Amino acid sequence: MKLGQIMKLLDARAISDTVDEELEIQCACASDMMSDVLAFPKEHMILLTGLVNPQVMRTCDMLDIRAVVFTRGKLPSAEALRMANEEGISVLATENTQYIASGKLYAGGMDNGTKG
Amino acid sequence: MSILKEEFPVEAMDFVTAGEASAQIKRLLKKLGVDAGVIRRLSIACYEAEINLVIHSDGGKLVLEVDSNEVTLISEDVGPGIPDIDLAMTEGYSTASEDVRMMGFGAGMGLANMARNADRFDISSKVGEGTTIKMYFSL
Ligand SMILES: Nc1ncnc2c1ncn2[C@@H]1O[C@H](COP(=O)(O)OP(=O)(O)O)[C@@H](O)[C@H]1O
Ligand SMILES: [Mg+2]
Repeated sequence: MKLGQIMKLLDARAISDTVDEELEIQCACASDMMSDVLAFPKEHMILLTGLVNPQVMRTCDMLDIRAVVFTRGKLPSAEALRMANEEGISVLATENTQYIASGKLYAGGMDNGTKG
Repeated sequence: MSILKEEFPVEAMDFVTAGEASAQIKRLLKKLGVDAGVIRRLSIACYEAEINLVIHSDGGKLVLEVDSNEVTLISEDVGPGIPDIDLAMTEGYSTASEDVRMMGFGAGMGLANMARNADRFDISSKVGEGTTIKMYFSL
């Protein structure tokens, strides 16, 4: 699924300087605990989170995560956004809660990257 | 033969720079042309180790050593140490404070995740003195 389609499904807006709508995303992970994200890393993954501090972008950097959606109307801290722009990470924001956003992506055909 | 050896100091409770050392290490390994899969596993283990230095120790360092057939990553700190290592290695066990949890850490997954990602994992700790973790990644 392309990032542009995810934006439509979640009614999300762009927060970072650039958003790569053509970015191919294969699975999603929703968590506020970065250790959980680090424990189940997948390739071409998008992160849904309510955590707004710079450690979100550090985690993305470590795992080569290229897109993040902040849920429930949350916005990244200034430092987190600066890091995202520097790393070229696409940052989106949606008013949907983590639960609703996850449900919409799942219903839209996105899985968690594991089979079965 | 050692290709590279470098130390990265890590400060306790500094959440702004937390992860900077790991980011630097990742970049270094990329520049050296280390296998992408090894970099990925090492980056995860390294970042968890760095966060532990920040949230659990009184300060320490990460030491990266690269030779032709292995990358070694050592986390060394001065601090409270770990009284029961088996318990600390259990997924879900954490003594992290609520403040740390609000920062997105303290899920109690770090040590187990380091052990899972490294090809070999050694941990030793002395209560009241500090903790040393050695992780080896075969090339
Ligand atoms: N460097 C360290 N110094 C002292 N205690 C540590 C250190 N690293 C880990 N610990 C102890 O081991 C526990 C488990 O660590 P970890 O698996 O990384 O989970 P977390 O960091 O989320 O608590 C910690 O909560 C802490 O009690
Ligand atoms: Mg930890």
